[in-house]
Amino acid sequence: MSEPLIEIRGLQKVYRVGKVDVPALRGVDLDVPPGEFLAIVGPSGSGKSTLFHIIGGLTPATGGSVRIGGQDISSLSDAGRTELRKNKVGFVFQKFNLLPNLTAADNIAIARHIAGRGQTVEPAFEEVLKLLGIAQRLNHKPAALSGGEQQRVAIARAIVNHPAILHADEPTGNLDSENSAAVLDVMRDLNRRLRQTILMITHNPEAAAFAHRTVRMRDGRIAR
Amino acid sequence: MTARLVLENLKHKPMRSLLSMFLIAVPVTLILCLVGLSQGMLADSARRARGIGADIMVRPPGTSVLTLSGAPIPEKLVDVIQQQPHVALAIGMIVHPVTSVTFVNGIDLPRFNQMSGGFKYLEGGPFQGPDDLIVDEYYARQHKLHAGEYATDVLNRRWRVTGIAEGGKLAHLSVPMRTLQDLTGNTGKVSQIFVKANRPADIPVVMTELKTLLGPAYNFYTMEEFTSLLTVENVQGGALSTFIDVMVGIGVVIGFAVVLLSMYMAVLQRTREIGILKALGASRWFILKIILAEAVVMGLGGTVVGIGLSFVARWLIESLYPASLTQAITPLWWPIVGGISLAGVLLGALYPGLSAAAQDPIEALAYE
Repeated sequence: MSEPLIEIRGLQKVYRVGKVDVPALRGVDLDVPPGEFLAIVGPSGSGKSTLFHIIGGLTPATGGSVRIGGQDISSLSDAGRTELRKNKVGFVFQKFNLLPNLTAADNIAIARHIAGRGQTVEPAFEEVLKLLGIAQRLNHKPAALSGGEQQRVAIARAIVNHPAILHADEPTGNLDSENSAAVLDVMRDLNRRLRQTILMITHNPEAAAFAHRTVRMRDGRIAR
Repeated sequence: MTARLVLENLKHKPMRSLLSMFLIAVPVTLILCLVGLSQGMLADSARRARGIGADIMVRPPGTSVLTLSGAPIPEKLVDVIQQQPHVALAIGMIVHPVTSVTFVNGIDLPRFNQMSGGFKYLEGGPFQGPDDLIVDEYYARQHKLHAGEYATDVLNRRWRVTGIAEGGKLAHLSVPMRTLQDLTGNTGKVSQIFVKANRPADIPVVMTELKTLLGPAYNFYTMEEFTSLLTVENVQGGALSTFIDVMVGIGVVIGFAVVLLSMYMAVLQRTREIGILKALGASRWFILKIILAEAVVMGLGGTVVGIGLSFVARWLIESLYPASLTQAITPLWWPIVGGISLAGVLLGALYPGLSAAAQDPIEALAYE
């Protein structure tokens, strides 16, 4: 078995709400090999979003360790986490989160610009855009795109810099069943063709079924 | 890409952007109008003084370049000066205020014509009697006067307008000297004396002669010196200059306040977008740069609009008050007001920009 891309040991996160400490993660252990499509499921408050945020470099951990490609990210500074988001992870959100003032093409280009890779996508990426079915819709702003199209643009933006991990937070949560299936098909295709490691949070068992493996969370821990 | 994002952000809320630019433009226009009016009116005074054709001006004790009141010089001194060896012509003149910015000159028309080459009449001609008035084209346009009509708003007296003269010589209003002397209780006295030397090379000699003749209490200026002293710095002992500095300060404060409010609102409205940029790996500096760049574009836009409005203001002033106010267009001040606007908007954008840069990405992404 290959070395895990993501190696999590004893991960803890405590939020301070007023004067009360609220533990969100109570010691999570998890290994994710490269190229795996992993679904993380669990009820609200189970800690799956917190886990997602820590692995994605959006918030620091309180305890334990998270190694991505051998680098411990749990003790990174704010600037270090910014570098992690820039180079190693891509996000897909439930609400698409495209910049509304920019066209689809510019939404993708700005991710490359921020990563310091120029604005023009590589020729090979044109194939990915065709695979995503948005090549003809790139000059439209988000308001002119359907939900499914917006989410596929968000996927293109998330992977344009070839991140080690694609984080998808309820990617079908705002889509009808037809568009949900299309988006999940695209993600599975990307995983198969590009060996893109994908972490997907979902409430939907049908969506989780697209993943290689499903991890359940409960009360801040991985449920056995 | 950053530029496109900035421009698209500005285009996304066009009313907010345009209103902000307009509000930034207001102090820019105010500063340009104030400076333009100061310089324009001083330049107009200099042009009118040069139009007299004199080489030297003699003013009474206690006056300055920009202050002249009453008529304390005995008129007989004009004849005394006239008899000096290097003097070609000396004329006395009485000056009296009509309003705070309009004066009437009492002149000896034949001698004035001799010195200046005479008025160029657009309508009518010279004085026929003691109650006659010559107005220049600007005063005539502002007060809708024509030759042969009567003007009643000058020193509460009914004057017959005998001529409309081309502008650029003396004040806007001229009446016979004797009439104005008697009317203002200055019979036999004048406000100032203009002297023309035989040759330009004689001017220093004449200056020396006049100083010897009249004593050091009088003020003597060559016309070149007089016009060069008509500067903003000299008005009211530098008060105008200070006033302009105050306006500049107000300009910075208004630019600061407008952009602070505008960008603060923009940052609030775009909290989620800032979260998206942070999720994409945008650094604090990248976020700050976008906010500052938007403010700079608004500052530059406001400056351009403000400069444009200063032309509109000049057109309005020239149309409505051609005889009262003269506004110059001052391109040298454009980069200065641009700098003032930029200073204001950068200060104003700093706090919203820093707040945006410091936002927590998770909270920003959760913002509805």
